[in-house]
Amino acid sequence: MGAGHVHVLYRESSSPVHRLPPEVKIAAMVLFTVAVVATPRAAYWAFGGYALLVAAVAALARVGPRWLLGRALIELPFVLFAFALPFFGTGERVDVAGLSLSVDGLHGAWNILAKGTLGVLASLLLAATTTTRDLIVGLDRLRCPQILTQIATFMLRYLDVLVGEARRMRVARMSRGDDPRFLWQLRGFAAGVGALFLRAFERGERVYLAMVSRGYTGRMPAVWQGAGAATAGQWAAAATVPAIAATIAAVALVLT
Amino acid sequence: MHISNGIIDGPVAAVFAALALAALTFCVLRGRRDLDDRLAPMAGLVAAFIFAVQMLNFPIFTAGVSGHLLGGALAALLVGPWVGALCVAVVLVVQALVFGDGGVAMLGLNITNMALLGTAAAYLLIALLLRVLPRTPTGLGVTAFVSALVSVVVASQGFVLQYWLGGTTDLGGNLAGLAGTMAGVHLLIGIGEGLITATTVVTVAKVRPDLVYALRALKPAVPAPAVPVAGGAR
Repeated sequence: MGAGHVHVLYRESSSPVHRLPPEVKIAAMVLFTVAVVATPRAAYWAFGGYALLVAAVAALARVGPRWLLGRALIELPFVLFAFALPFFGTGERVDVAGLSLSVDGLHGAWNILAKGTLGVLASLLLAATTTTRDLIVGLDRLRCPQILTQIATFMLRYLDVLVGEARRMRVARMSRGDDPRFLWQLRGFAAGVGALFLRAFERGERVYLAMVSRGYTGRMPAVWQGAGAATAGQWAAAATVPAIAATIAAVALVLT
Repeated sequence: MHISNGIIDGPVAAVFAALALAALTFCVLRGRRDLDDRLAPMAGLVAAFIFAVQMLNFPIFTAGVSGHLLGGALAALLVGPWVGALCVAVVLVVQALVFGDGGVAMLGLNITNMALLGTAAAYLLIALLLRVLPRTPTGLGVTAFVSALVSVVVASQGFVLQYWLGGTTDLGGNLAGLAGTMAGVHLLIGIGEGLITATTVVTVAKVRPDLVYALRALKPAVPAPAVPVAGGAR
């Protein structure tokens, strides 16, 4: 449990992207996404440009395309909406493979798929190159209110506590003759949710009190903040990505 | 329920981002007053819990929408409306930044639906029901169930409202269908959410009633048992 300050998506490496301070990466990623969303959907070439940009950053960060695309499947439930649009959209219709589809709906689906995928890829790149600890430090340096970073710190820490407690309770159930398989373990799990919550809380409370008695005041120690707030050069280096994206978006807006 | 990039157009997303930012600022100001030694770890755990249950996603293929548990009612019950809304918002921000659930540019919309609308609806109901219902575990359980159910449906209708304002594809008459589908699906999800919320809160209230914010804030304090001044056998 003590080891888990690195989330599942983090890819250990020392690439130039990994070495950038987290606040710079967060800002770049958010601005990039905004530029993508602001692009008119008919400017197909622009999305090609964004994809190239993402690929370049991925190559620089030494994140393989297979890992990236595999993880990007996480967005599937969220963009399912896109696949319904061609059927329910209004206006002019075309026949594709015997199905009557709305042209506006098809454009809408493309819009969601393209922008959604680019957004997911950008956040995956951020996740792959930034540890959770750095993420919180980055948010803190971006002047995120302390109450939010505090909740986020505990949240990420307690996720491990929760998972650990759930595993312990499962082992305890099994050693008392429960036979958890597939869906049947849901019943045992549901019955134990309240207990899981309490056990995790009491463990977390002990951790919190230990932190307070060692001088925790709501902000992580200076050692965390220390080394390397972003320099002007690092801001400039990371700004290239959103700057290129903004240029593409501006050109696309003018052209269409 | 997480809106992904490109579903709602930019201007509407920007308006809701401003709205969410203003509301969250208010929550931060009010929440600071609440966040003490007991609430800080609780807020973190509630957020972690919500984070974990939101991973359970139920795609509904026929309608092309997906749903999952939201956790607004649980947060409102255990840590109060202000810190509760902040907990859900933190979950959404981390999900958008790191896991790509819901677009970063759509954060304002997602926060408005799930963190603000969901938690507000839940807390209003909690405040009402806890005054009306008897002070028993059953009363608390019913409160938790109903408020969770309603908050999920309200949050889903927030999406319908936003789609009506700025959906990128005109659905015409199908918008009513979208509203109906969202409401129906989230009614089912709400039942699941209500059961989980009720069991969790009732268990916590039985063992550590001091941890349930709603019980502390809304019920008149039970007069402390008279402590014998001296000589009493304790």
